[in-house]
Amino acid sequence: MSSQDAKQANKVFFWYDPVKRGIIYQVLTLLTVGLVGYYLFTNVQANLERQSIATGFGFLEKESSFEIGESLIEYSSADTYARALLVGVLNTLKVSFVGIVLTVILGVFIGIARLSSNWLVSKIASAYIELFQNIPILLQLFFFYALFYEVFPSPRQALNPLGGVFVTNRGIVFGVPAAHEAHGYMQAAFVVGCVIVFFLNRWARNRQARTGQTFPVLYSAAGIIVGLPLLVWVLFGAPTAMNVPKLAGFNFEGGVNLSPEFGALLFGLVLYTAAFVAEIVRAGIQSIEKGQTEAAMSIGLRPAQVMKLVILPQALRVIVPPLTSQMLNLTKNSSLAVAIGFPDFVAVAGTSINQTGQAIEGVAMIMMVYLTFSLSTSAFMNWYNKRIALIER
Amino acid sequence: MKSTVPAESGEVLKPPLTESGILGWIKHNLFNGYFNSILTILILLVAWQLIPPFIRWTFIDSVWNTTGEACREIKGACWSIVPANLRLVIFGFYPADQQWRPLLAMIMLVGLLLYSKNRKHWKKRLLYFWLLGLFSMGMLMGGGYFGLVPVESAKWSGLPLTLMLSFFGMVAAYPLGVVLALGRRSKLMGIRSLCVVYIEMIRGVPLISLLFMSSIMFPLFLPKELNFDKILRAQAAIILFTAAYIAEVVRGGLQAIDKGQYEAAESIGLNYFQSMRLIILPQALKIVIPPSVGILISAFKDTSLVVIIALYDLLNTSKSVLANPEWMGGSTEIYIFVALIYFVFCYLMSSYSRRLEVELEYKTD
Repeated sequence: MSSQDAKQANKVFFWYDPVKRGIIYQVLTLLTVGLVGYYLFTNVQANLERQSIATGFGFLEKESSFEIGESLIEYSSADTYARALLVGVLNTLKVSFVGIVLTVILGVFIGIARLSSNWLVSKIASAYIELFQNIPILLQLFFFYALFYEVFPSPRQALNPLGGVFVTNRGIVFGVPAAHEAHGYMQAAFVVGCVIVFFLNRWARNRQARTGQTFPVLYSAAGIIVGLPLLVWVLFGAPTAMNVPKLAGFNFEGGVNLSPEFGALLFGLVLYTAAFVAEIVRAGIQSIEKGQTEAAMSIGLRPAQVMKLVILPQALRVIVPPLTSQMLNLTKNSSLAVAIGFPDFVAVAGTSINQTGQAIEGVAMIMMVYLTFSLSTSAFMNWYNKRIALIER
Repeated sequence: MKSTVPAESGEVLKPPLTESGILGWIKHNLFNGYFNSILTILILLVAWQLIPPFIRWTFIDSVWNTTGEACREIKGACWSIVPANLRLVIFGFYPADQQWRPLLAMIMLVGLLLYSKNRKHWKKRLLYFWLLGLFSMGMLMGGGYFGLVPVESAKWSGLPLTLMLSFFGMVAAYPLGVVLALGRRSKLMGIRSLCVVYIEMIRGVPLISLLFMSSIMFPLFLPKELNFDKILRAQAAIILFTAAYIAEVVRGGLQAIDKGQYEAAESIGLNYFQSMRLIILPQALKIVIPPSVGILISAFKDTSLVVIIALYDLLNTSKSVLANPEWMGGSTEIYIFVALIYFVFCYLMSSYSRRLEVELEYKTD
């Protein structure tokens, strides 16, 4: 009987078999995509030949012969395109990193202010959020850039809001500690401190699990991370010499100069993204029921412990995924630097495209760089989500 | 039942003055606790420092209807830049004698939006209205029919271009986004991976790289006889970009539909396309309307990026005002004006989407 059924089923026209039909659909789709791809590819080849544009990444080895305004590494127009592009990537990373740190701080601050019981504070925070969310980031960048150039005075009439800080239309100049051999050792001490804190934290957790005794990790961690570099500083004789900017000719010399391009980009990115982060933080905090706090207090936890052990782990689960996507947005939006002349990766790649005409390679590299950023972020997110996922019954 | 309280003692005690009315409100909302009191006083002090000079700059010392030269003399805002250049900012380089056409197109768009606001109008008819509306707006802008003078698309600029890029982009990207979302949920490996790669790739790169692609790579992709103009190419990039974001939103809607709905559709013998069209999508798309408005808002803001490939949208026409030596110093004023336009559009849309979210939530409960 069953073999008869099977025979019957075999007689069904293959079109009605879902498995075979699925295969047909997929083959057809992939074929179409392949054909369109092939068509475009042949067009590209014909066009490149007609315009006699070179292909391949050989141009990376050639001399770039353009200057870049600011750079984290040594660079001159005699260097290769590859090095110029590296300068661009580093500039993108620089503005993104500083931007993300400032955005998280400002965003958390405004998100908490939004929930304040003080009517004024909460209204100001919500006005900030509405204002900055609803105006295009590019317009904000133009606005801040124009502000730098039109409102701030020339170096000779520089504003001096704090000692050693000068605000001019050539950028914000401020004094830094003069270069000293102690600084390298202080950085090393900082790293060592972080490592010690990592193991201290682990030891304290294990001990608490074993014996129930707690250890003031937070204070001792702060002590170690700040104390070790400070100790090194004192051991080197506490050098206090400052590299203070001085007016020389038409501009300042010495100190660190935050260029108007970098300043406007950073300002715009931070203010814009912080509005979104604030909303995320607010939603995260509001997602924790009041009962959680009350329950935690009723089993005798102190307010700090309630925050650390009960509220934060749950709120972070809600906050972190959208927060990382905002950080990614900030990184992607930093590509708007090209509009105000900050030499980020897109700007440098754009210049390279203009000079070599190799648009396909250039755009492909832009896409690859940003895809690397976002894929590594989403890999981190998957790992994080797995780590904090609720273990359901 | 007899009252246990004697009638004479029914005198109602008023709450103390400090607990009700304005005073009570101030006490509870501004001065509850030391910390909040200090905050309030600090904020008021800062406001006292900032607001009077701002008002002085905006209203008292400002001029509203002068030439550019007169602006250099004054200390306040030079709002004269706005009325003097309003035509350029709003309509860009569209021929002045044909200006009524983009104006009419914009009025049509706003009318359509107002009509679509009402949930009672969410029927199939609305879709046809939109298609018809967008088509006639395009005709109106382009001309060449019914005795309208043709206007080449290189002259389309200003607010109409911004609105066109965002709304036309949204409407064209939606079907593509729905297809991608369905593809991503498909059981067929080949189709699914294709959609996943497309969506993740587009969402991983900035819009500006796609715009670069549209402006410098599209011409290489197409045979030399076939050549689209710059605006169409940028529009294509915006559509491809927006579709990936729509796909993710729609996928959320598809996932929110109960599994029983899929099974029920199958059990009454509907095939995949029928069950999607008749059962699943009508429900899923309704859920995702509020987040779709969110995407519309970002699309609206993102169209400003076409400045970088030298298209003259609202932001760029206002920038071009500053290139005129007469108005060179007025960037703050003109940017504030444009920001106001963007803000009004985005704020109205976002507050509508929030209200909608609440309404839809109540409805399903």
